[in-house]
Amino acid sequence: MKPKLAVLKFASCDGCQLSLLDCEDELLAVASFVDIANFPEASRAVRPGPYDLALVEGSLTTEHDIERLKAIRQEAGVLIAIGSCATAGGIQGLRNFADVKDYVSCVYAKPEYIKTLATSTPASAHVKVDFELRGCPINKEQLVEVLNAFLNGRKPNVFSHSVCQECKAREVICLHVAKGVPCMGPVTYAGCGALCPAYGRGCFGCYGPKETPNTSSLSAWWKEKFGLDDGEIARMFKTYNAGAPEFAAEAEKHAGK
Amino acid sequence: MPANKNFSVKVDYFERDEGEGALSVSVKNGKVMGVEFKIFEPPRFFEAFLRGRKFYEAPDITARICGICPVAYQMSAVHAVEAALGVKVGGRLRELRRLLYCGEWIESHVLHIFLLHAPDFLGYEDAIAMAAKHGDVVKRALRMKKAGNAIVNLLGGREIHPVNVKVGGFYRVFSKAELQTLVEELKWGRDAALKSLKLLAKFDFPDIERKYNFVCLSHPQEYPFNEGNIISSSGVNVGAADYEKRFTEIHERRSTALHSRLDGDKVYFTGPLARFNLCYEKLSPLARQAAASVNFKPPCGNPFKSILARGVETVYAFDEALKIIKDYEPSSEPSVKVEPKAGRGCAATEAPRGTLYHRYELDEKGFITSAKIVPPTAQNQRVMEQDLRAVASANLSLSKEKLTLKCEQAVRNYDPCISCSTHFIKLKIKGK
Repeated sequence: MKPKLAVLKFASCDGCQLSLLDCEDELLAVASFVDIANFPEASRAVRPGPYDLALVEGSLTTEHDIERLKAIRQEAGVLIAIGSCATAGGIQGLRNFADVKDYVSCVYAKPEYIKTLATSTPASAHVKVDFELRGCPINKEQLVEVLNAFLNGRKPNVFSHSVCQECKAREVICLHVAKGVPCMGPVTYAGCGALCPAYGRGCFGCYGPKETPNTSSLSAWWKEKFGLDDGEIARMFKTYNAGAPEFAAEAEKHAGK
Repeated sequence: MPANKNFSVKVDYFERDEGEGALSVSVKNGKVMGVEFKIFEPPRFFEAFLRGRKFYEAPDITARICGICPVAYQMSAVHAVEAALGVKVGGRLRELRRLLYCGEWIESHVLHIFLLHAPDFLGYEDAIAMAAKHGDVVKRALRMKKAGNAIVNLLGGREIHPVNVKVGGFYRVFSKAELQTLVEELKWGRDAALKSLKLLAKFDFPDIERKYNFVCLSHPQEYPFNEGNIISSSGVNVGAADYEKRFTEIHERRSTALHSRLDGDKVYFTGPLARFNLCYEKLSPLARQAAASVNFKPPCGNPFKSILARGVETVYAFDEALKIIKDYEPSSEPSVKVEPKAGRGCAATEAPRGTLYHRYELDEKGFITSAKIVPPTAQNQRVMEQDLRAVASANLSLSKEKLTLKCEQAVRNYDPCISCSTHFIKLKIKGK
């Protein structure tokens, strides 16, 4: 029997689960190895758990969703969080630094109709997560690698270094050093292939913090060499992985100055 | 199901759409009493946290509203911000933006036609099940989708949340030779889109003709992408700056996506079928011929034929992409210069699933002080409910299971992208 896969979402843009459908060359092959048993974005068929593998996209912003996540955890052999929303709370995690009531009344004429939590949190804040695949969005080759690894009982071969190393491998001239462009490459997980630097723009950190990032050194550099003000530095760290502890802490050092 | 019974059908999630939603149809004494389309995608409050961000952050941040049509969000965002800053991006950069949009229309339309909607017509639960019998169709679709994604991949850097779009133009531009690498697959894709349209035209379409008030952009020379006035079947013709004078949003309890109305109380329809009906003459000759060859002509008020409009637009997008590449000459600069200044800017562009409106107000330092975003699915909520009432009423003799499928199919006619309108779908048919 093929292992059963579930692909489920919480608060998100659907882009990370779409990455599976964007595997135009691999999709039918993947489907020949796994039974896609519960993937509401792609299929009407919903077969009950337990599931061998569950991919979870999106952040937790309602009590109902937290209960739904806990139920999925109960049914899943392996639970993998995919993307910045599920691993760090996503861009909607900006509410964690603000008053959610102000957010509700800014967008909705009748705030009383809206039920939402004051925070947007990653899956790991509520249940045990077996693996986190990062990115906003995730890289589809990495997704296939992670599926392959878990189906074959091995460790996923994804990077632990920073975007800087990918830049060197791609022979992109360092924007930071050579052109004075603020770049988050030194503190950001690899996985995108140094995409932004290759397109002539600084990395904006969509894969989240690498292991032991030296964010304060980077901020000091931006301030001294490039003249960025505290507001600009705070905004650099407060984007798609604003809720990642390392980025959140650095942003807070500069917020409100 | 016998027509004279009260009954209840409940489907907890509305599958094969992007996002989270629910649909309920209540039936009493064999009559449809009420229809509600609920969107309960948890709100993410983009318009709130855009306040205090810099104008140049709008395209990357708003792309995160929807992973299926990030280019649409980027296009509406840059055009609205540029309107606020008094910047005009023309010439070759304008053509590159149109080429990028062709790529997104292709990948989004092909995804919806073959991976999400065709299984309804052919009686499969999904494209993978469909592939067992129709392997060549699914493989062809995946290759077409890949050809569209190749455009977004090159011009944007990646398919989902591209990184190359900026206020004023792009971060980098491309040589003619780079764009030339796309041509062979696009030519194959154009032929494949023509073949696919013939297949789609053979589908069994429910016999229903409704009178709609269609809304879309209209450009004097082009099939609409990024520019033009907003027009309607009812005679509206306004620039984006005046959009909010005619189109208003209403907050209903059942939805975290705001409903839209035109001129106070008019319900309207936006998307491929609207563009096909209102802008047919602007399609390329090849796309018009393709439509004519399968006897698909405006006016068409059969919502199930939206899939044909998507098919024709797929032909158009391949054709137009090839034309843009053929005429392309590289721009010397990747972007025009922009300086922050206070102002208000509005823009509407045509996302694959319909008109997408953005408005930003900026202060003198270029901080966003207010933002408004009106996605196509939010605008279509009411017309989807009206279709459901019509489709459910006409199909009460069907079995519960078949009726549920028919209703789901009617919603999928609109290619609803629920995460973008919350601002997801759940289908319930309940009776008393």
